[in-house]
Amino acid sequence: MPKPTMRERVTRALPAILSVGTLIALWQIHVSLSGIPPSVLPSPGRVAGQLAANRQVIWANTVPTIQATLLGFAVSLGAAFAFSVLIDFARPLRRALFPVFIISQTLPLVAIAPLVVLWFGFGLGPKIALVALVTFFPMLVALVDGYEATEPEIEQLLATMGASRATIFRRARLPSALPFFFAGLRISITYAVVAAIFAEYAGAARGLGIYILNAKNNFRPDLVLAAVFVSAALTLVLFATTVLLQHLSMPWRQVEEQRP
Amino acid sequence: MSLLDIRDAAVRLGGTAVLDGVSLHVERGEFVSILGPSGAGKSTLFRLMTGGLAPDRGEILVSGRPLAAGNRPFAFMPQRDALMPWRRIIDNVTLGLEVQGLPRREARARVAPLFAQFGLDGFERHWPAQLSGGMRQRAALLRTVVQQRPVMLLDEPFGALDALTRAGMQRWVEARWQDHRWTTLLVTHDVREAVSLSDRIYVLSRRPARVLAEFAVPLGRPRLAHGLPAAALALETEILNTLLDPQGDKDEMPRIRPDRPDRRATACR
Repeated sequence: MPKPTMRERVTRALPAILSVGTLIALWQIHVSLSGIPPSVLPSPGRVAGQLAANRQVIWANTVPTIQATLLGFAVSLGAAFAFSVLIDFARPLRRALFPVFIISQTLPLVAIAPLVVLWFGFGLGPKIALVALVTFFPMLVALVDGYEATEPEIEQLLATMGASRATIFRRARLPSALPFFFAGLRISITYAVVAAIFAEYAGAARGLGIYILNAKNNFRPDLVLAAVFVSAALTLVLFATTVLLQHLSMPWRQVEEQRP
Repeated sequence: MSLLDIRDAAVRLGGTAVLDGVSLHVERGEFVSILGPSGAGKSTLFRLMTGGLAPDRGEILVSGRPLAAGNRPFAFMPQRDALMPWRRIIDNVTLGLEVQGLPRREARARVAPLFAQFGLDGFERHWPAQLSGGMRQRAALLRTVVQQRPVMLLDEPFGALDALTRAGMQRWVEARWQDHRWTTLLVTHDVREAVSLSDRIYVLSRRPARVLAEFAVPLGRPRLAHGLPAAALALETEILNTLLDPQGDKDEMPRIRPDRPDRRATACR
């Protein structure tokens, strides 16, 4: 299987580089021509400069956000997997549990985040809980739908071989759910960063969320945007990691994609 | 004593009679085919044998003893190959052995020598998506064979292949089965396929299915490599007449109204 060359990689990334570059250029031109004060809209150059100047403080506030995101996501993944297996083996549970989970998705983060901080304090715990709350349901739905997408022929075949329900789950339903799992993962991981920042915004000792709040209160939109840039970069890195994980755990997919 | 003996099996599913007293038997080393219209209940017949479906009437005997739960004398090959896309070819082939509890390494060692015979030499480490339709079907057949069950059940195994690949597969099956004499029960829509491969053929009626006729195929082998003899073509015509002739079985025939010729396509599909 030929690996893409450097040239091919650049060609593939070119549209994205162009679109993002154009946006930043337009932003820079607008700020330069309109003479808008940096306290209202700083130029991208100024944001980059402030990001570099404050990199130590911003990094110190990024680490707790990464922690909250990853730990919350881990809790959510573990819970989603446990409940998906439970639901798959005991179907009536689905009707009992799904309404509860769906209601959990209707809770506005604006309302629930301050409450969670009020109940559990300023530590890491409430952030983990909020990230898990936001990402749990998409992951659960992805897994449950993935199990359901198993080819009936494959399950029937395993049954004729004498496979138990548990064996059929492990050998057929679980691997069939992998593409769905990764689709859910890609979506949830972007929610996870936003949820972590929002939880910090509602109250935290350190973190990108509280950093953004403080910068805003000090009339420093350049620092707000620098933190936003960091959170966007963080999301992109996590997203790329899930894509990489998907490639590694589903090698047959690359073969399928190469077929005409 | 027959290896497989189905006696007067009757099944109703959801209030519809699907099988209405089907009797058939398969001897050791015999290749037996079941021909019948679509929806005649052939899949139900297979479910009786493999899927834990119990007949409302009649019985299924394997070597003279009733088929019991946990007793699995059948290796099944479904219509579509049902290869798992996430397993390499060799791991697809060993699936049945692994389900039986054989360790993966041992299972691989057992199936590896058969790859050459099945024309899959060198493709052990490939993914199913990398194989042609004919190769996938041979891999599925190999997965069935290595389970070493007394009877192989093949459910329209070549139905999804293009005509040329199918013809190649039929010749190949004929040669392999001549070597091994694996006991096989084949379900097919293809009368010529049944005549080419079988020792005996059962023709089923429309639902609710009964055995309309049983044909012995007393022809030498190989049949396909040198072109089918005239006797085989005559038999093919006779079987087709049994399947399609309205005089033979008024109630069971496709309901084609002369004033609605467009329905013929649906009815005969």
